[in-house]
Amino acid sequence: MKESLVDIQNLDVRFTGARTVHAINDLTLNLGQGETLALLGESGSGKSVTLKTLLRLLPPKRTEIGGKIQVNGTDVLTLSGKALQQYRGAEVSMVFQEPALALDPVYSVGAQIAEAVRRHKGISRDEAMSTALDMLRRVRIPSPERRLRNFPHELSGGMLQRVMIALALACRPRLLLADEPTTALDATVQIQILLLLRELQREFGMGVIFVTHDIGVAVEVSERIAVMYAGQIVEEGTTQEVIKDPRHPYTRGLMAANLHGVARGERLNAIPGAPPSLETRPAACSFAPRCPLAEDACRATLPPVHVPSPRRRIACIHANAPVSAE
Amino acid sequence: MFAYFLRRLILVMPVAFGVSVICFLLVQIAPGDPLTAIMPVDATAEEQAAMRAVYGLDKPLPVQYAIWVAKLAQGDMGRSIASGRPVAGEVFGAVQNSLLLALSAAAIAFPIGIFLGFLAGYFRDTPIDRAVTAISIAGVSVPNYWLGIVLVIIFSVNLGWLPSMGAGPGGSQDWAWDWLHMRHLVLPAVTLAVVPIGIVARTVRALAGDILTMDFVQALYAKGMSRGDVLRHVARNAAATALSVMGLQLGYLLGGSILIETVFNWPGSGFLLSNAIFQRDLPLLQGTILVLALFFVAMNLVVDVAQAAIDPRIKRT
Repeated sequence: MKESLVDIQNLDVRFTGARTVHAINDLTLNLGQGETLALLGESGSGKSVTLKTLLRLLPPKRTEIGGKIQVNGTDVLTLSGKALQQYRGAEVSMVFQEPALALDPVYSVGAQIAEAVRRHKGISRDEAMSTALDMLRRVRIPSPERRLRNFPHELSGGMLQRVMIALALACRPRLLLADEPTTALDATVQIQILLLLRELQREFGMGVIFVTHDIGVAVEVSERIAVMYAGQIVEEGTTQEVIKDPRHPYTRGLMAANLHGVARGERLNAIPGAPPSLETRPAACSFAPRCPLAEDACRATLPPVHVPSPRRRIACIHANAPVSAE
Repeated sequence: MFAYFLRRLILVMPVAFGVSVICFLLVQIAPGDPLTAIMPVDATAEEQAAMRAVYGLDKPLPVQYAIWVAKLAQGDMGRSIASGRPVAGEVFGAVQNSLLLALSAAAIAFPIGIFLGFLAGYFRDTPIDRAVTAISIAGVSVPNYWLGIVLVIIFSVNLGWLPSMGAGPGGSQDWAWDWLHMRHLVLPAVTLAVVPIGIVARTVRALAGDILTMDFVQALYAKGMSRGDVLRHVARNAAATALSVMGLQLGYLLGGSILIETVFNWPGSGFLLSNAIFQRDLPLLQGTILVLALFFVAMNLVVDVAQAAIDPRIKRT
C-alpha cells in the first residue's frame, strides 16, 4: 500500500437527542495517497455520515464520536477553531449531492470559489478571482469568463456540479470527498461528471472517497470498493475483487439488484426487507434478518472478519465457504 | 437596474391613480355633510347652496375629481375647513413630524429586532430563542397606547425625566436638533418601536433559522469558512425579505401612529388625521390620507428596487 492518506480506526458515531441512532459502528478504513475508493451502500447505511465525520461537519452537540481518524497525519477528531477551518477546504474538501442547494444563491459562483481560495491562500481578491477562472477552465465550463459572474440559479445542474468540483479543488486538497455527486443529475450529465472527476483525479493526484449507491458508478470511478451496511463495512477489496468475487451476501444482493441484464417483464431482484433502525448498537450481524444464508450463529454474535489477502476483508461467517446467494 | 426602476415606476402609476380616486371618494361617501359643521344652524337653503358652490360641491363627481387633481398638481390641496389655512402646508408640516418620529422609532426598532431575530434564529430551540420569542410576542401584543401611558406615568409623572407632551418646549412646532427638542422624541419613539421590534425579530428569526438549515451553510463550513463568514452569508440571504418587512413596517409607523401621536400630543400626521376626522374637516382629511398613501406606495417602490439590488434571483430586467 502507498503512504497512508486516511486512517480511520474503530470509528463510532452516535446521534443523541429525541432518538438515539448508532449511525457508525466500529468502522475501520484505510486510504492511500492518490487512491480512489467507492463507499457503496443503500440509503441510511452511514456513507454520508462517514464523509461528514471526516470533515467534522456533524452538529457537535448532538453527536458522539469515538475512535480515531487521521488524515495525512493530522488527528482530525481533536481539531478545533482555526486549525479546523484550515483543514476544511485546504486539506480535505467535499462535493455535495445537490449542487443547486450547496451553493449560496445570492453570491456569484466566481465569488464563492474566490472566497475559499482567499481564506486558504491569503491572496488578493483579484488573484483569487483569476484562480477561480482557471478552475472553471479546468472543469471544462464553456466561456468561463462569463460564468464567473453568473449566480447559481442561472446555471444548469451539470454546470453547477462542475462549479462545485472547481470550488472543491481550488485549494488543491489532498483528499476529495464526493457525496453522491451525480445522483441529482440527468443520466447523460452523470457520465460527463464521472469522467471529469476521473480526469481531474489523475491530473491533481488527490485521494478520493466517492459515496454512491450505484455499483456502476463505483466501478467507473474507483480502484477500491468498501461496501457499507448499517454503519459498518461488510466487505472491502479492489474493485476487481469485489465485482468479480463478491463474498458477502449483502454485496451479492446489491449485484443481483442491478438493472443490467434484466429481461423486460422480469421481476427485479430486490433484497427483501429494510435496513435496521440502529436505535441500539448492533450485537449480531445487522444483515442477518434479510440474509438468505443466516444461521443461528449470525443472530448471536457479531460476524468474524475474514481477511483472505491484505486489504481484502469480509465480515461474514460464510466468507470462506462461498455459497450461491440465490 | 435603472430599467428595472423605470418599470416599477410605471407600474406604480395605476396604483397612485387608484389611491387618489379612493381618497377622493372616501370623503364623498363619508356620512355627514361638511357644510353643516361650519354653517350656522339656521342657515337658509340659499345660503347653503351658495356655500356649496364656493367649495365646488355642486358639480358632478368626475368634474370635482378633475378639479381636485388639477389643483393637486399645482400643490394646492384646498383649504382646511376648520382652520382656513392651506391644507398642503398643514399636511407637510405634520408629515415631517411623523416622519421624524417614524424614522426614530425605526432606528431603535430595526437594529434591535434584527439582532434579537438573529440571536433566536442561531440559537433555535434554546432558552435564548424562547426568551426572544416571548419578548417579540409581548411587543406585538401589548397595546402601544397603553404602554405609552404607562411610560408617561413612570418617566414623566413619577421620575420627571422626560416630557410627555408635544414636539418641543412650550408646545413649539419647529423642530431643532438639540436636547430640548430631542427629549420630547424619546418616549413616543420608544413606544412606537415596540411593535416593529417584535415583528422584525420574528421575521428575522424565521429567516435566519431556515437559512441556517440549508445545505449551503454546511458547504460553507466545509470549505473552511468561519462562523462570522457563514453569518455574513446568512444575512445576505435574509436581507431581501427582511428589507421588505421593514419597509412595510416603516409605512405603518408613518401612518399608523395615530394613537401614539394622540397620547403624546405629537403634532404629526396621525394627530392631524384624528383632528380632521373629529372636525369633519374633509379637505384636510383628504390631503392627509392622500399624502400618507402615496408615501406608502413610494416606500414599496424603494423596497422593491432595493430587494432587486440585493437578491440576484429577483428579475432585474
